[in-house]
Amino acid sequence: MSSTTAPAATSASARKGRIARILDSDIYASFRSSKVTMLAAFVVVVMMLAALLAPVLATMNPFDPAQVFLMNASLPPSWLPNGDPQFVIGTDDQGRDLYSAILYGLRVSLAVGFAGVALAATLGIGLGLIAGYFGGRVDAIIMRVADIQLTFPAILIALLVDGVVHALLKGTNREGTAFWVLALSIGLSFWVQYARTIRGSTLVERNKDYVQAARLVGLPAPVIMVRHVLPNVIGPVLVILTINLGLAIITEATLSFLGVGLPPTQPSLGTLINIGNQYLFSGDWWIVAFPGATLAVLVLAVNLLGDWLRDALNPKLR
Amino acid sequence: MVAYLIRSVVQAALVMLAVAFIAFSMFRYVGDPIASIVGQDATIRDRQELAESLGLNDPFPVQFGRFLANALQGDLGISYRQGRPVVDLLVERLPATIELALLSALFAFLIGLALGVYAALNRHGVFANIVMALSLIGVSLPTFLIGVGLIFLFAVQLRWLPSFGRGETVAFGWWTTGLLTESGLKSLIMPVVTLGFYQLTLIMRLVRAEMLEVLRTDYVKFARARGLSERAINFRHALRNTMVPVVTIAGLQLGSVIAFAIVTETVFNWPGLGALFVKSVEVVDIPVMAAYLMFVGLVFVVVNLVVDLTYFVLDPRLRGTGAVPAR
Repeated sequence: MSSTTAPAATSASARKGRIARILDSDIYASFRSSKVTMLAAFVVVVMMLAALLAPVLATMNPFDPAQVFLMNASLPPSWLPNGDPQFVIGTDDQGRDLYSAILYGLRVSLAVGFAGVALAATLGIGLGLIAGYFGGRVDAIIMRVADIQLTFPAILIALLVDGVVHALLKGTNREGTAFWVLALSIGLSFWVQYARTIRGSTLVERNKDYVQAARLVGLPAPVIMVRHVLPNVIGPVLVILTINLGLAIITEATLSFLGVGLPPTQPSLGTLINIGNQYLFSGDWWIVAFPGATLAVLVLAVNLLGDWLRDALNPKLR
Repeated sequence: MVAYLIRSVVQAALVMLAVAFIAFSMFRYVGDPIASIVGQDATIRDRQELAESLGLNDPFPVQFGRFLANALQGDLGISYRQGRPVVDLLVERLPATIELALLSALFAFLIGLALGVYAALNRHGVFANIVMALSLIGVSLPTFLIGVGLIFLFAVQLRWLPSFGRGETVAFGWWTTGLLTESGLKSLIMPVVTLGFYQLTLIMRLVRAEMLEVLRTDYVKFARARGLSERAINFRHALRNTMVPVVTIAGLQLGSVIAFAIVTETVFNWPGLGALFVKSVEVVDIPVMAAYLMFVGLVFVVVNLVVDLTYFVLDPRLRGTGAVPAR
């Protein structure tokens, strides 16, 4: 598990299986040496499992009208007076079990986050490859757009995209499209970082011999870009992905909180906080506190993982 | 210096042109301008006549040129929903946002600077470590969650501060300010803290990191060897040299201040531009959205220009060389 004998370790580890190689790597050693990182990873894994298994773990389906009774509305957590042991951390304004609602909300928040980041990465990597590989005017146009977009805050872009897409989709059911509109607005707000990173490394790669050779053989440009250049430039994207996931989750929550994200019928954590916020003054603090805490812990854990990954993969800090 | 200045201004103008282009495209192609003016039952002939009289049948460059000319004269169209000129709406709400944003920036800068310097000078102190740990959490907390938490604590539980609006304001011509009344000042506290919190943590971490770096350099060692007092070393030499990157980041952060102002204003029902923008996105009021985009673009361009120029004041080496400072 030592990180000192690099050359010997690589030749030896080449013979081992994949798992053994991972256990022997510097990254794993650095992971094991940081308690905070391990805790963060644990939290993220638990939350993802909870989101995946929401239908199993939840005590009820909060979106099934047959299981929701208005009589149970705004019950406090079970350890407070008037609490009902059936609802461990209380119920919301419509009588939905808050614990179940948070599980389903977590599911939606993570799904939007992943979809948004995937879109941003695909778009950014694609445009970055094109800009770096072709250079010249194409490069100039793409990077100029990136520069201009970078001066605007992501949340503003996401709001704009959200508004414009809903204007274009006028007449269609907002509830059905909300998820993908959100993912799209997050994708369009975060692509720049990927494009810049990929373009930078592609500029270096495109002059190397293997690319020249592929060109001589007569391979079409898209094949060279995707099959040959991409594997060599994709490395740094991993870090951006992790850091972006935290940002995407915050962006989604913020948009939903502002009322332009997901509707109350398919609430994310942000929507739940928005609902809870309306009941803050009637003293029903739990409706906002538990979704809020879940969101805060999730984002903190993802950010800690991202920070660690950035340092662990940064050769300057080794 | 002059060449650099000209280059900055030209670049700023190009960015503004691009932003105006996007705003115009939204204006013209998203949401049907004719449908928003005439009713559902207008005949096709009516629509065509209106399109002709509005110049919607002209070639694209002509329309864009007209849009630019109008915008430069302060005409940004009429809000679909409120039926009033967009510029009036913006001007009405401008003071609330500017007051909030500037006070937040000031709050973040002063407190962040003080805490950052303190954390750098007392690197192993207990308080400094607590502050650093808290700042890590502060960076991760979404703005609206901080706002909601503050409201719950200070407005719902303690009932010390109002949770929405600007309180009483005093008008000077078209400008309104909440700085002169008690309720206005009280109303400002929570929004300012909410909006400034992220910037505060960022500036604090940056100041600390830069300060630690500078304190290791040779000239600080020489200053110490010369027998200068710690105070003079820390503040006259070290702090001054940490200021260049700090001012850059703080300046460029003004963009995020505006972005988070959208959120903060909504949380606190603050009658500013951000809240107007969120409302207009909700009801798809394209002219207001386009105008807000142009406004934010203008702020950014001006801020970047000012930040660029600030280098010349803070870093004497740049004067006269015309070199572009590295970011």
